Amino acid sequence: MREWADYTIEEAGGRTTLVVTGPLLVSTIGKLDAALRTVEGPVQFVDISKAAPIDTVGAWVIHRFAEEQQAEVLGASEQAEILIDTVTGSASAEPISPVLDRLITRVPEQVGTFVTGAVHEGKHNLGFLGAVIMAFAGVIRHPSRFRLRAVVHQMELVGVTSLPIIGLMSFLIGIVIAQQGAVQLAQFGAETLTVNLVGRITLRELGVLMTAIMVAGRSGSAFAAQLGTMKLTEEIDAMRTIGVSPMEALVVPRILAAVIMMPLLGFYSACMGILGGAVLADVSLGIPFLTFLSRIQEVVPVYDFYVGMAKAPVFGLIVAMAGCYQGLRVEGNAEEVGTRTTKAVVQAIFMVIVLDAFFAIFFTKIGWA
Amino acid sequence: MMADIDDLPVNPDLSDETFDGEYTIVIEGLVNRFGDFAVHENLDLKVKRGEILGVVGGSGTGKSVLMRSIIGLQIPDEGTIEVLGKDIRAKEDDDEIGLRNRWGVLFQGGALFSTLTVGENVQVPLKQFYPELSQQLLDEIAGYKTVLSGLPAETASKYPSELSGGMKKRAGLARALALDPELLFLDEPTAGLDPIGAAKFDELLRELADTLELTVFLITHDLDTLHAICDRVAVLADKQVIAVGPIEELMESDHPWIQEYFNGPRGRVAHAGSQRPKGAGASAKTTGPAKAIDKPAAGGA
Repeated sequence: MREWADYTIEEAGGRTTLVVTGPLLVSTIGKLDAALRTVEGPVQFVDISKAAPIDTVGAWVIHRFAEEQQAEVLGASEQAEILIDTVTGSASAEPISPVLDRLITRVPEQVGTFVTGAVHEGKHNLGFLGAVIMAFAGVIRHPSRFRLRAVVHQMELVGVTSLPIIGLMSFLIGIVIAQQGAVQLAQFGAETLTVNLVGRITLRELGVLMTAIMVAGRSGSAFAAQLGTMKLTEEIDAMRTIGVSPMEALVVPRILAAVIMMPLLGFYSACMGILGGAVLADVSLGIPFLTFLSRIQEVVPVYDFYVGMAKAPVFGLIVAMAGCYQGLRVEGNAEEVGTRTTKAVVQAIFMVIVLDAFFAIFFTKIGWA
Repeated sequence: MMADIDDLPVNPDLSDETFDGEYTIVIEGLVNRFGDFAVHENLDLKVKRGEILGVVGGSGTGKSVLMRSIIGLQIPDEGTIEVLGKDIRAKEDDDEIGLRNRWGVLFQGGALFSTLTVGENVQVPLKQFYPELSQQLLDEIAGYKTVLSGLPAETASKYPSELSGGMKKRAGLARALALDPELLFLDEPTAGLDPIGAAKFDELLRELADTLELTVFLITHDLDTLHAICDRVAVLADKQVIAVGPIEELMESDHPWIQEYFNGPRGRVAHAGSQRPKGAGASAKTTGPAKAIDKPAAGGA
């Protein structure tokens, strides 16, 4: 166990002397400091001639006590004197953590900050949309500035590399829908309608929706983290100084890749969902695999496919814009990259689901029920 | 008389031994390879107790790798490294070495924890090793360490992202000094500072090293720093330490790289500058090494 610094109080001729013993080091001072804070004065002298070695923390504790008690320090070695002088000159009473306001003022303040922040965020979002449109216009006006390689690279990252996970997810969802649907429909003796259920729901809704959520989680977050890190390391500023527009070089390829890949991925996802349903129907409902597929052709109206494909690019746009926007808004420290990435994903998924609801009503109203 | 706090959890990495050997760091036959590429080959280096050792070398000669090897962040392929009499290589990366409370490290970018204020950064090592310290004392310590490192007192409650590059380095130094270490590792502390800031940092370092009797392992490219505060300089080249000695001795050396380094145009200017009369820091330097080795307590007094 460590040897702690300790003290005794000696009284002689009406004068009180506090005698400190033991090593006055950061590792041994903890108990002494706590004890000295409770000592009732007055103490006229502090004797540290029996205390060694000493470091700045020890020197500080002695200095603080001596100052509080208006006591004189005795028996300080040459080194102790230097250290006490050093810490005396460096004493600071400034707060260590930012001072928090009282709760009663803090709550309204934070609510206010939140509201104005939301308004600002809305404006910025709109501004970003404008900037994206301008960037696209710029690329169209000057096709030489179009970065095909970057777009293809992003298409690979957004699309090709996510094929396995989206395929597996959709296949399993197809199985779940077929299984759960069959159980419910069996109550009416209508198991065969499972085909309609799986075919329509995957092509019209779930294929695209689940893909959008997956892309938001995979690529939207990656966009935010990449751009955010580039912002922190001043890469984006460096681009600007060279005359490369970050909007054209970074944002346009990512948005374009997401807009192009989303319909493809959504259709792929719907197909995998149908396959999953067909496999389950074959195994547990007694509907042969090929019969299931040919029934799909008969019962799914072609506009279901159009509904899905019309939504997909919009979702892609939302996911990519949220990712790029949050990434470019990163400022300050590494923690911000994390918060912004989270925001990008949450914002994207939320917006996708809200828009999906609007789309559902819209397409029903125009007769594509 | 005192509350019994012996049953507090004690950090297992804590060491309360004292070290009296002549050499704080002893490196023998160090080999560091990245794939087929050897950064260090049979590197030997001894750092004397109480000295400021400057480490120089061209880019890519493995100065930072050497520092990382010494502090146990990089496991060398071969060789022995003893710090304060203990073998670093005997342990894995994050195992307790019983040394971590006895050294402080300043990384190149400051490496401050970005979610904590400067003062809280200083308190992290203190809380880690000495949970018995009261919050009040911790705050006081953080306060004076901040000022001691040459920062304005109100910086203690600022976050690293609110600081300039030079202030980050000072804040990093404050954290490195938090535990009153015997040994201080500095990776290019003056790089990126303006000349006035760099000179002040040098002065501060020399002063701290003298008052707190530090052994300092200082990686630098700054010739002024080498002239102003280093007791000895180690030159890294050809995968080894090719020369160690006071800077005047090195300038006599006929190794082409050393010649170019110290007697090149920049080297001559820095040398000429170091001949001018300087403050207390520099005057301690001339007598520093011998005194510091014989009787560390006398260094710079």
